[in-house]
Amino acid sequence: MTDAYIVGVDMIKFGRFPDKTVPQIGAQAALLALDDCGLTIQDMQALYCGNLGQASGMVGQRLLQEIGQTGMPVVNVANACATGATAFREAWASVKAGLYDCVLAVGVEQMGKGLLGGGGAKVGIPKEGLLGSGTMPAVFAEAGMEHARKYGTTFEQFAKVSVKNHHHSTLNPKAMYQIETPLPEVMNAEMISYPNTKLMCSVNVDGSAAAVICSERKAKELGLMSRAVKVRASVLASDPWQERDLVMPDVNSCTRKAAKEAYEMAGLGPDDVNLVELHDCFATAEILHYENLGLCKDGEAGRLIDEGEVQLGGRIPVNVSGGLLSKGHPLGATGIANIYEVSTHLRGEAGSRQVEGAKIGLTHVIGLGSACAIHVLEKAS
Amino acid sequence: MSDKPLPAVPYLKIPEDGEPYLEGYKCGHCGATFLGERHVCSKCGARDQMSAVTLPNSGKLYSYSIVHRSFPGIAVPYVSAIVDLDDGTAIKGNLINVDPDPASIPFDMPVEVVFDDALGRKDTDGNAYLSYFFQPAASA
Repeated sequence: MTDAYIVGVDMIKFGRFPDKTVPQIGAQAALLALDDCGLTIQDMQALYCGNLGQASGMVGQRLLQEIGQTGMPVVNVANACATGATAFREAWASVKAGLYDCVLAVGVEQMGKGLLGGGGAKVGIPKEGLLGSGTMPAVFAEAGMEHARKYGTTFEQFAKVSVKNHHHSTLNPKAMYQIETPLPEVMNAEMISYPNTKLMCSVNVDGSAAAVICSERKAKELGLMSRAVKVRASVLASDPWQERDLVMPDVNSCTRKAAKEAYEMAGLGPDDVNLVELHDCFATAEILHYENLGLCKDGEAGRLIDEGEVQLGGRIPVNVSGGLLSKGHPLGATGIANIYEVSTHLRGEAGSRQVEGAKIGLTHVIGLGSACAIHVLEKAS
Repeated sequence: MSDKPLPAVPYLKIPEDGEPYLEGYKCGHCGATFLGERHVCSKCGARDQMSAVTLPNSGKLYSYSIVHRSFPGIAVPYVSAIVDLDDGTAIKGNLINVDPDPASIPFDMPVEVVFDDALGRKDTDGNAYLSYFFQPAASA
């Protein structure tokens, strides 16, 4: 099988664009990614388009109606918060399989403000606040408290994740926010679902990101290898059975399964990884994933954040983009925005937030329900 | 409109005579238990091995969150809790009759399942509902 390379990748600055349509927002990133490699929509053989909010709305085709209706096959993808990464993976798989040698993956989302999850009932009575909470801040708080019961992880340690990621975003002009949030500010912000305060919840924003993926032969033929990023591993996992997972969505075993397979596919281990963009939808979640991705041993995640190992300049920087907490979390775009961030570091083009000498990077997203996607990327040699 | 309260969830059973109870399904092949009726085990994949069991009314607190922000009309704060029932079945619900303060909510706290009106919630036909809640066990 051929190797697959990212030859063009970009994202728009995340924000709120109520006057634009979803296809218009997605088209912006598609054009940026094409410009990043100097190709046109006519060069693309297929489009894999990730979007959740209009999953039945043929977003990919409507996106092409904005930028070029070539008649190429379009696959619309929805997979909760793993939507963008799943679209990217479908594009990657089509190149690996030899079906195409130059394809486009786009992730896009337009979000409202406010709580996600815990919706109303179609029959009977609403269950929110009657049978616990299905809101995302509460669900991920419960997952964090599971870590607290095992290892004594504290509210303060969870809060430090937000301090770090908000600090990182001050170095990222494409993040929604560029604002420092000291620890007391994070801990004293409005409590949403203990232990997640408002500043420990990801930001609902509109956004899009896109990538052009080529086979090795095509990338060389086009003269695009100098900035190309090799996809060393692409893994998708659903949630294996766990004793509580039907009442407590399990983000851990899904991630552990995907991580194990991704390291095997890439032929390397967590010690070889220079930076990670992981799914910090809530501050509590980031702590869990340090261990799930093997960045430290089980029970050491609190120490990792306390000792600064995961901040820019530390042993294994995590979410130097600002993460979902500060860059923002447009559900369908997030998976490809992560890939943009890691690719930018591997290319040495990340400016003031550059992870020096980065050669290998890992991206991780998880959608509740559950879907976990992990990609291991390497600068083409 | 029903003259008696309806169950808030299908796995809450209200017998004509006797006390309400929670019903699970247990796999005869691997022993996994699930809330509510099913015919295939999602742990081991066995078919036609599931049988109804009455779930115990006691268990221990596994994890929780104190919910301070919810949707309009929902009273806060309240405690959203994951409980391991004594037979190992996991169940989620509101933990009541406890201070909404982490210091008052120790992990593994013994809890009991109690049945009561579903916080006054009614469906569009005006039916009242019976729901379940957790509270600290009387002996605790």
